[in-house]
Amino acid sequence: MATATAERFLGKSIKRREDPRFITGRGTYVDDVKLPGTTYAVFVRSPHARARIKTIDTAAAAKHPGVVAIFTGKDMTGVNSLPCGWLLPELKIPPHPPLASETASYVGDPVAVVIAETHDAAQDAADKVQVSWEVLPAVSATDRAIAAGTPQIHEVAPSNTAFTWQIGDAAAVETAFRGATVVKKRIVNQRLVANPMEPRACLARYDAATGDLTLWVTSQNPHVHRLLMAAFVLGIPEHKVRVIAPDVGGGFGSKIFLYNEETICSWATRKINRPVRWTSTRREAFQTDAHGRDHVTEAEMGFDGQGKIVGLRVQTIANLGAYLSTFAPAVPTYLYATLLNGVYEMPAIHAAVTGVFTNTVPVDAYRGAGRPEAAYLLERMIEAGAAALKMDVTEIRRKNFIPKFDNGYQTKVALNYDSGNYSAAFDKLLGMLDYRKFRADQDAARKQGRLVGIGFSTYIEACSIAPSKVVGSLGAQAGLYESAKVRVHPTGGVTVYTGSHSHGQGHETTFSQLAADELGIPMEQIEIVHGDTGAIPFGMGTYGSRSASVGGTALLMSLNKIKEKGKKIAAHLLEASPGDIEYVNGQFQVKGFPGKAVPFGQVALTAYVPHNYPEGLEPGLEETSFYDPSNFCFPFGAHACVVEVDRDTGHVTILRYLAVDDVGNVMNPMIVDGMVHGGIAQGVGQALWEGAVYDGGQLVTGSMMDYALPKADMLPMYETDRTVTPTPVNPLGVKGAGETGTIAATPAVVNAVVDALAPLGIDHIETMPLNAERVWTAMRNAKR
Amino acid sequence: MKLPVKLTINGQTHSHEVEPRLLLVHYIRETVGLTGTHVGCDTSQCGACTILMNGQAVKACTLFAVQADGAKITTIEGLAKNGELHPIQQGFWEKHGLQCGFCTPGMILAAHQMLERYPNPSEEQIRHQLEGNLCRCTGYHNIVKAIQWAAEQMAAAKK
Repeated sequence: MATATAERFLGKSIKRREDPRFITGRGTYVDDVKLPGTTYAVFVRSPHARARIKTIDTAAAAKHPGVVAIFTGKDMTGVNSLPCGWLLPELKIPPHPPLASETASYVGDPVAVVIAETHDAAQDAADKVQVSWEVLPAVSATDRAIAAGTPQIHEVAPSNTAFTWQIGDAAAVETAFRGATVVKKRIVNQRLVANPMEPRACLARYDAATGDLTLWVTSQNPHVHRLLMAAFVLGIPEHKVRVIAPDVGGGFGSKIFLYNEETICSWATRKINRPVRWTSTRREAFQTDAHGRDHVTEAEMGFDGQGKIVGLRVQTIANLGAYLSTFAPAVPTYLYATLLNGVYEMPAIHAAVTGVFTNTVPVDAYRGAGRPEAAYLLERMIEAGAAALKMDVTEIRRKNFIPKFDNGYQTKVALNYDSGNYSAAFDKLLGMLDYRKFRADQDAARKQGRLVGIGFSTYIEACSIAPSKVVGSLGAQAGLYESAKVRVHPTGGVTVYTGSHSHGQGHETTFSQLAADELGIPMEQIEIVHGDTGAIPFGMGTYGSRSASVGGTALLMSLNKIKEKGKKIAAHLLEASPGDIEYVNGQFQVKGFPGKAVPFGQVALTAYVPHNYPEGLEPGLEETSFYDPSNFCFPFGAHACVVEVDRDTGHVTILRYLAVDDVGNVMNPMIVDGMVHGGIAQGVGQALWEGAVYDGGQLVTGSMMDYALPKADMLPMYETDRTVTPTPVNPLGVKGAGETGTIAATPAVVNAVVDALAPLGIDHIETMPLNAERVWTAMRNAKR
Repeated sequence: MKLPVKLTINGQTHSHEVEPRLLLVHYIRETVGLTGTHVGCDTSQCGACTILMNGQAVKACTLFAVQADGAKITTIEGLAKNGELHPIQQGFWEKHGLQCGFCTPGMILAAHQMLERYPNPSEEQIRHQLEGNLCRCTGYHNIVKAIQWAAEQMAAAKK
């Protein structure tokens, strides 16, 4: 029988309930799921950026011992294109077959799959597949895609243009810029690779006896995977498909999307009637996981004589890669340009975005997704403005902050912010930093010839994605609510089934904290189930920092329904009116009479053994809710980075990193801090080391040897704190914490490096990462 | 052609005939069935496959199974003794040194050797010693704290 407790868990740093299995090696990731009779898939991929497939000869490969089947695109008749789930007006959608059968459009584009008894046999046989290629001219550079003379990649997309899109008021900006000091910069936000530590994997099993297909897949959103793959691509009824995303080793956006490989394995298992497994190598991950960012932007910010922003004009070319990935069109438009108001009062904004195709890996959401690009642009521009106006970077921000507000601020680019207190977070940060002392120390260091700099970032982001009606009007082909089912068992234990998904976020802990608080029972009596479409209600999964705010609110709604029904049962048992019953510390009691009460467990048992039971009330104690938020939530904060640049080598050392984030109410501070830390590391990674580089259509940063992921000895301890401005959007008051660090960190670091180099006359470096070579080159080319 | 291997993993003896090209990490994961040791890359950068071989932390993707013939191996599954977590495991739990958990087994075993070499490591030493292990979730902050916590516990236990 359940026990009641008065202990409260929300807001405390409760140790994670999922950790014991991970620290003892007992997690179950997709590649750990073993099924008898499993076959292994290896893909034959294009080695060319763009090439026509003349012939594919599989005869020699088919004779290789252990080969079960080989399929090419021509075998996959009746299979549709991988779909794009976000449509913009006049969006050009090229066909995206799971296996290319006519033309391969990027290095890594799969053209055949070899399935064998063992992975080694499949790999050996794949090496024997002979593809005869006619190599075609290709383009990979973002700013070359639409240039005259560039080869056209897709028939449907002249000038390689997927869309042109704009927001804001061009005429108002034009007017605002008259007489203003207008700072103009070219800003390149380079291409990144998400690199969760667990590579993507899938295991598909068709059961011929029942006709059911089960797919284990590294997914952030198993229902989205099921819907897209079953209904749109393979034409299998959803109710005959079960998608399981068990323990997933990080995602950062890259595991949202429907990919070729799981689609092909799910198709192939039905053909060969045996389970089919594929696990990505890291090289394949670089070549096939959706990349992120990749913008080239011309930005102009206008200021009046006092340093007040008068307008912002932005022209961005966004590289979408070779095909449209699942949510690609949304990222450089509604998740980017709508954030260009930042935390500043801005009288006029206009942004124009051109989405282009290139012969590169498709680009989609990577942690932050559009919002880091916006924050980077704004924070770079405001510091460039300060330099031009010879103002202090803190003073120019103070002059422009939107004043504190509790319920609504209408921006010039569609969004309506929920609540904000931007100067408070900034003040707290400056206090932690001791800013005046820093500048004095910096002067002293500069006199010794040292290049020490500080950079700030006062960012905002839109998360808690998203109101379905709003995103539907903007092109989303899905709703963005979340679901939660609460099942109270007869003996008082509770199972929560959430449509949200944890791939490191710690749902089993935070959602237990919420349920335990609401029900007044210990966390140990609550089980959190996620990631299995066979168990959970239809849910949208985890991305856009939405789990706690959207998924948590859905859970709260179901818990409230449980309590409401429980009150009716308790009222009957206590011979009172349901209106007189309150729920306190795990028991239903007559208001003001704690002695006249029945515990939660007794109500649960009564619901399932309804002998003495209210007339007309259904037995059972189980409730499901779908929560569709009324608005996004808008976390914000202020970050600062202190760096020193080595004059001889250009090497950047981070001396301090400070962050004050405001993510609304905090359910588990330890978990939120952890996400902030990890986000900062990824943001610093973009600023200083990471970048996907194409040369002649080849991805030359195609392994962890060439793509510089942040390591322990490259990063400092982070000094973090927070302010708390609850959101009015949801009853929990939580905004979202998953992406703040990544959004904030990149501009703080780059601004710091530019500040360090200011004595050399440098006020901007166009392209990240600011690795030693790039900084050294900038110093060498400096005016003085 | 297959070759015999006989080795001890977490105190249990295992004998198999294996292909010479079989990597030790795949032997552990696929042949023996201990899936706590992970594969995160194919170039020996990430360290998710770190195990202890004859007491030394090694990346199990850099060895063939046949090279480990006769070796004594400890994987993450063998670190807790009699149901009691090793202080490093406990440290990762206490200090939130993991999020998705995928790099964690390798991190813990790399830390195991680190603390044998440097029982009282500085932050700089910890970071330097972790150079061969990548984590994409934590930004390393709490991994450093977890190892410091473990070092303190282990030092206190020796007194």
